[in-house]
Amino acid sequence: MAGPKSSSNASKRAAATAAATPSKPAPSSSSAPAPASASTVALHTLWAAYLDATPSRLKLVDAFLVFLVLSGVIQFVYCVLVTSFPFNAFLAGFASTVGQFVLTASLRSQVNAKNRALFKDVSPERAFADFVVGSVVLHFFVFNFLG
Amino acid sequence: MSMSKAYPLPIDISPTTVANTASLVRIVAFLFISGAAIASRLFAVINFESIIHEFDPWFNYRATRVLASEGFYEFWNWFDPTAWYPLGRVVGGTIYPGLMATSGVIYNVLHSLHLPVDIRNICVLLAPCFSALTAWATYMFTKEMKDESAGLLAAAFIGIVPGYISRSVAGSYDNEAIAIFLLMFTFFLWIKAMKQGSALYGTLTGLFYFYMVAAWGGYAFITNMIPLHALALTLMGRFTNRLYVGYSSWYAIGTLASMQVPFVGFQPVRTSEHMGALGVFGLLQIVAFVELVRVHVSSKQFQQLLFVSVIVVGILGTLVIVGLTYKGWIAPWTGRFYSLWDTGYAKKYIPIIASVSEHQPTAWPSFFMDLHFLIFLFPAGVVLCFKELRDEHVFVVIYALVASYFAGVMVRLMLTLTPIVCVSAAVALSSVLDTYIDPVVPDATDGDADAAKKDRSTTPASSASVVELLTDIVTSGSSPSKRTKHARQGIIGLDTRGVVILNALGMLLFFVVHCTWVTSTAYSSPSVVLASHMPDGLHIIDDFREAYYWLRQNTPKDAVVMSWWDYGYQIAGMADRPTLVDNNTWNNTHIATVGKAMSSPEEVAYPILRKHDVDYVLVIFGGLLGYSGDDINKFLWMVRIAQGVWPDEIQEPRYFTPQGDYRVDDQASSTMKNSLMYKMSYYRFPELFGGGQAQDRVRGQVIPNPGPTLDYLDEAFTSENWIVRIYQVKKEDPLGRDLKGANAFDKGKKRKRTRPPVRRRSLA
Repeated sequence: MAGPKSSSNASKRAAATAAATPSKPAPSSSSAPAPASASTVALHTLWAAYLDATPSRLKLVDAFLVFLVLSGVIQFVYCVLVTSFPFNAFLAGFASTVGQFVLTASLRSQVNAKNRALFKDVSPERAFADFVVGSVVLHFFVFNFLG
Repeated sequence: MSMSKAYPLPIDISPTTVANTASLVRIVAFLFISGAAIASRLFAVINFESIIHEFDPWFNYRATRVLASEGFYEFWNWFDPTAWYPLGRVVGGTIYPGLMATSGVIYNVLHSLHLPVDIRNICVLLAPCFSALTAWATYMFTKEMKDESAGLLAAAFIGIVPGYISRSVAGSYDNEAIAIFLLMFTFFLWIKAMKQGSALYGTLTGLFYFYMVAAWGGYAFITNMIPLHALALTLMGRFTNRLYVGYSSWYAIGTLASMQVPFVGFQPVRTSEHMGALGVFGLLQIVAFVELVRVHVSSKQFQQLLFVSVIVVGILGTLVIVGLTYKGWIAPWTGRFYSLWDTGYAKKYIPIIASVSEHQPTAWPSFFMDLHFLIFLFPAGVVLCFKELRDEHVFVVIYALVASYFAGVMVRLMLTLTPIVCVSAAVALSSVLDTYIDPVVPDATDGDADAAKKDRSTTPASSASVVELLTDIVTSGSSPSKRTKHARQGIIGLDTRGVVILNALGMLLFFVVHCTWVTSTAYSSPSVVLASHMPDGLHIIDDFREAYYWLRQNTPKDAVVMSWWDYGYQIAGMADRPTLVDNNTWNNTHIATVGKAMSSPEEVAYPILRKHDVDYVLVIFGGLLGYSGDDINKFLWMVRIAQGVWPDEIQEPRYFTPQGDYRVDDQASSTMKNSLMYKMSYYRFPELFGGGQAQDRVRGQVIPNPGPTLDYLDEAFTSENWIVRIYQVKKEDPLGRDLKGANAFDKGKKRKRTRPPVRRRSLA
């Protein structure tokens, strides 16, 4: 498939948007060519299944993920439409949202009870500690790069 | 159950004792390995002295001295006006500072402990010390692939293998000195991150990746290896959330961190070399999202929908990248990168890259020279990894394939192949040893056929037995009757074991002997000081330092020295004089200017020299001693590079004889004979031989007796063995005549006046 070499900021944003939205129907999939009625039905089932099967802690994490995606999208739109002038500042801001997003998404999958068998070496407490360490390191570089 | 044993084992030892003893033995073995790794790199110090080697290390050393004496901020903002005269060079923004920073930290730590170690000794000994760390990192990496014993073997291999020693002897103070350790350790952390799905290890991978980016331009290898591994796993249907966690945390932190290095800057989002990593990052986000949704929905239709949308997003992403490259937002691949795929590319378009000897394709014997018997075990180890093929083994297989290709393309990339060869060979050898040391004897009744076959195969030669064993292992892995066969697999009798193990030990012994020999003879020469073996013992040829110190002591501090770029760093480091061009070959036109001056006749070269304020011209001449790395042998590259910029003034064919030979004797073309380089090399050379034939020992040709004359330059200094010759550029004639005319006038009038005496010892 064409995936391997894909992506740039734009498609990363698409990917981020896509990955971020367990809580709201994915825009990328709704724009894909498919029978409209069938897809809306499928999306409704998905939404229902999500509300039903997800613990509230994970929903909280998901809400944070959505916030990060929105923040990243706003920064990107600003960069494209207005200016990218302090490019390092834009990169730092955007990287902080993307980095925080993937770290939070990692935390989400590590503490997800369904993935317990997958992460034998990472207990939920350890996962949170990893998350904190990763975020601190990330934001150290972000602050250094803001300029 | 009672298994029969080939040799008795003590039975009254508790498992804890065994485990403790094993770990003690490992630690002791590791100490010995570190000692051997460091000691075998000290040949250069023992045979010569504690001196910085070659070319680039001289710059690194000079920069480190600035860092140690002036502090980090001064170093960071250092503008060097003496390099690339008159342009200067922003050093802080055009180097990988990792090496200097490492030495600076070590220097400061030692001094705060009141150990006043000279910065030069830290620089000289940095590479040997880091080689011990490399051995440790390789141990950890191999441990993840197989077990501790394979790890120890790999550590021992990488500790003394010439392929790595070649770039890390004491005094070889180059980026590779620390980069190979960082490479292996980053890979180890990546394997850990991927295996455990730990964001902590992912973060550590990112941090060490940052250190690597700060230390060596070869970081692009990691930038592409890790995504390749992740992509391969995804395409093999092995995507897990562990992979997602490891890769995402590495990429997000590592990429941001890598942009902190000024020399890298925005490249990670702007150049094609880095786009693969970004693409895989995006792909993993999509795949992770799809996996998440799949958990919630089982509808077939929806899965199809997802599949389609993933493909659409993938195609869109590729189109966006292509479009951005087209519009110039993403820089296309650089020439250095193209020259990896098309080996003829550099010679056609970027002669300056092709002119470097370490960018030439590798000759086959050097694989054996650098890796010895590891190169035979290497494929076996890769096959073993392929047979087991856990996620981390995929990494070894990919690394082996990629690095083998690169090592074939460029000599210097042998360095990236060496670690994986050590790892694979250690896996193979330790599998062999495991099989043959294991005391368990298979059931003789149903194992007869197998055992007979093994016995037969081991007797002729052990290399055959290794192959046999491997084919056995591979076939048993793929055959359906694997389990039944496995039960009766094993070795019967002590003789078989003895033969194979003795053979393996013999190979290891020869490996050690070979490594020591290659290291001491081939890789320990500083190339600043040469050694020649004469019947009456070892002679040290110290012409370079002699000449550089002459410059330092006899010329004004701001005297500009022109030489070919190879010697720029050495002149700056040892003579402390401004140079026109140096080994940081960033400005092709400037180098071409020097090339043009060297390959033009005196009248053409003189205005160029004067315009660039050149006071002295330095050439390397090996004709008297037989030193083949001299400027006449490099001359064609100067011509080619100059031709690239001034195609109508300099033409390569004119420097050949009509028959197409490159000659320096009386058949040489007139363009060749009139070029500044030829004249400076052979000026007064025939006088050395009295009336005899002036034999150039490098090219084996006779220089015509009335040698070349110089009108615009004066010979200022010639070193003991004539390796370095320095000429002073004459100032314009005070009476306004052109120098050629003035010279002829002087000769006509004052025939008796002798030339100023030049210190010279004739060596006929």
